Amino acid sequence: MLDLTPKEVAERKALRINPCKTCQPVGAMYCALGVHKCMPHSHGSQGCCSYHRTVLSRHFKEPAIASSSSFTEGASVFGGRSNINTSVKNVFDLYDPDIMAVHTTCLSETIGDDLTSYIMDMDLPEGKYVVHTNTPSYVGSHINGFYNMMMGFMSYLTKKTGTSNGKAAIFPGWVNPGDTRELKRIAELMKVPYIMFPDHSGVMDAPMTGKYEYYPKGGTTIPEIEALGDCDHVFGLGDIISVEPVEFMEKKYKVPGTLLPMPVGVAATDAFIMALREFSKTEIPYALEEERGQLVDLLLDCTQYSYQKKAAIFGDPDIIIGMTALALEMGMIPKYVITGTPKEEFTRKVKAMLEAYGVEDCIVKANADLFELHQWIKNEPVDVLIGSSYGKQIAKAEDIPFVRAGFPVLDRYGGPLMPTVGYRGAIRYVEKIINALMDRIDRDSADEDFDVVM
Amino acid sequence: MKNPTQVLEERKDSILQKSFCSGNGRGISCEKESVSGSVSQRACVYCGARVVLNPITDAYHIVHGPIGCASYTWDIRGSLSSGSDLYRNSFSTDLRETDIVFGGEKKLSAAIDELMEKANPKPKVIFVYATCIVGVIGDDIEAVCRKAEEKYGVRVIPVKAPGFSGTKSLGYKLACNAIMQLIEPHRGEFPKVQGVNILGDFNLAGEMWIIKSYLERIGIPVVATITGDASVDQLIKAPSATLNIVQCAGSSTYLANLMEEQMGIPYIKVSFFGVEDTTSSLIRTAEALGNPEAIRKAKEFTAEESRKAIPFLEKYKPRLKGKKAAIYVGGGFKAISLIRQFNELGIETVVVGTQTGKKEDYEIIETLVNEDTVILDDANPAELEYFMTEKKADILVGGVKERPLAYKLGIAFCDHNHERKHALAGFEGIVNFTEEIDQSINSPVWQYLGER
Repeated sequence: MLDLTPKEVAERKALRINPCKTCQPVGAMYCALGVHKCMPHSHGSQGCCSYHRTVLSRHFKEPAIASSSSFTEGASVFGGRSNINTSVKNVFDLYDPDIMAVHTTCLSETIGDDLTSYIMDMDLPEGKYVVHTNTPSYVGSHINGFYNMMMGFMSYLTKKTGTSNGKAAIFPGWVNPGDTRELKRIAELMKVPYIMFPDHSGVMDAPMTGKYEYYPKGGTTIPEIEALGDCDHVFGLGDIISVEPVEFMEKKYKVPGTLLPMPVGVAATDAFIMALREFSKTEIPYALEEERGQLVDLLLDCTQYSYQKKAAIFGDPDIIIGMTALALEMGMIPKYVITGTPKEEFTRKVKAMLEAYGVEDCIVKANADLFELHQWIKNEPVDVLIGSSYGKQIAKAEDIPFVRAGFPVLDRYGGPLMPTVGYRGAIRYVEKIINALMDRIDRDSADEDFDVVM
Repeated sequence: MKNPTQVLEERKDSILQKSFCSGNGRGISCEKESVSGSVSQRACVYCGARVVLNPITDAYHIVHGPIGCASYTWDIRGSLSSGSDLYRNSFSTDLRETDIVFGGEKKLSAAIDELMEKANPKPKVIFVYATCIVGVIGDDIEAVCRKAEEKYGVRVIPVKAPGFSGTKSLGYKLACNAIMQLIEPHRGEFPKVQGVNILGDFNLAGEMWIIKSYLERIGIPVVATITGDASVDQLIKAPSATLNIVQCAGSSTYLANLMEEQMGIPYIKVSFFGVEDTTSSLIRTAEALGNPEAIRKAKEFTAEESRKAIPFLEKYKPRLKGKKAAIYVGGGFKAISLIRQFNELGIETVVVGTQTGKKEDYEIIETLVNEDTVILDDANPAELEYFMTEKKADILVGGVKERPLAYKLGIAFCDHNHERKHALAGFEGIVNFTEEIDQSINSPVWQYLGER
């Protein structure tokens, strides 16, 4: 499989091979699914909506509901106003959400549909909302789509009454529902009253009840989004994905913000907890101290198997920065660190981390693809590959242990229920990585070296 | 759903129940564009074109457009290859904002240049898919492809498939046209063979290999497989076949018609799902070729395999007794086979729908189902949910987006689409299909659901 990838690396300017990103609209759709009783709506051709729902369904193994404007030839010539109007009417009639979150596509952007004015002219049912964001597929990646949709919700809904609600806004970034649950648990342990936005727990990990709920119990509610403007502080997790939403909160609602890396690994989780402590002026409870201690204990226990092992890490910027941090804490060498998302900030941040650990000779690249990653690996192999399911082809071709992380994971079950963030998430990933490395030692051991105790 | 009995006004003609005929006497309304704002399970024109061409294993498939369309179709649909793995890579121009402003033609040319200069193996054919905005920004991809063909002496075939230009069915037609462009110049190049082309099987879980092995077993040579496990060298021989057999009618009847008109190759529609359809398809293929030896062998072979299948099916029947099935698949012909297959298992089909069924398919479906079976065209989840619950379906046969829907409703599921992991075609498929149905319906997990 993929034996066709040549070892010789040639520069490509026009041809993208085996991408490490997708387009904005799926990010917007995922973001909107983290709002309670919200129907994400794709304003474009039907395929877009169908593809996004498919990839989300395949990752979460859950229904991912969303509607489409179903553009036709006519719409592409005369504009999509009547399509969005018909859609809004049909969606509220049939699916009865509280809110529709519309995002654009390359098509509706290129033909110049003005959703702001379309939505302003709509006659909506009492108590219902339609919000929108612009997500041209040819700008940025799915990561941009995610935060653009956040700002779409806020622009339409968030208010500043001038009376503080005493809460902290927590923007978790693009994470699994298992992560949101962990972040909420930590916030509660730190006695921080919070609004989590968006919140996929209880939506994309909804329990089996024998009933199909379009709108499961979870998700940030509309009143919560409205109240974001009255929060005392905003914590943006993921210092790539949350940059713009945090700036938006600071500028528009004068809510002071703290931008933090996605809390993956010891240091990033410490930073998150310290920031929460600053907010609530609460001592860190023993429960968290204990978890931290367990994580450090585990790191130490397995260091002889992780130290100086080389990793190739790829995927979305914030999770990859997190995984790189964890790999460094495990004493590993993050030999290749790439994201497909075109954000140079990513490269700077990862390089600074490598420098802080005195690790040299690594390749860090944004706007990269998996074909070139594969070529680098062919030239200088690594001990473990960490990333989305699309890495499995490289892992098989090069016979490298593979740890799935980030989005999308299409070929394993249960992941979205579990945390990657926090000390517990780090413990989970240290176990995954060390097991992958040690399974490989076992596999490759000669009989005389094969040992029960390791 | 807001009101469970409510169906969008515009959708009423697309739903039919024999005993309560939709009333307008025109039969079911199908082959239409989807309604804006209904959560259709359908994809787009590009998707239709891509799924048909993608299984051509040694082709370079370049998606000209923003990255999404390439990302979502990277290594899709589980078509297996006995040769090249080239088609399992994703190539695209990843159009950016500047390309949208200044046009994407240069980037496409450059992408083809990069491929031609560095690709190993050298391309035999490149399919260039134009997605939604390519036409809108005015790229002339036909000209780019033509120039590249002249420059490199290799086939570079444009597939102009903007998502909005119709339904997935239009995409199938565009793919068929692209195949014709590839094979037409080779007409008369190879001597006629008393054999068949297999159209409309995509070798999911190796199904093409099963069908091919049956035909070879009864002495019928297979010239080209279109497009499951196809290679360019094999495809260009397709004009030398005597007969086309069409498995997935929805995607490939159009190609069969083109080949009949332009190359004089007649076709028959076949289906290799279930005992009844597999048997009749093999015998009809032999008959259509007028090959008495093959007819005899087909009858012998299918009789033998059917005999083997009977005790197997009998063993499972008690476990599946009284169960009710819902079917929601892409094409009409597959739905028809599935109804028959469920009948063989003693399972009643209570809901049946397709994404792209034709009027004649729905007419056959009506003859196969009971009076109160619900028949749907281009159903949305709300309708599927409502009718599956109302009709108390025990299992749904569908695709990726329907699986979690079924599970949430406490209904068993069988993937008969891109995510099938074992062959469902032929006699092997009967075993796999029955086992999968049984495993899903009789899973111990259901006992933990519901009343406690």
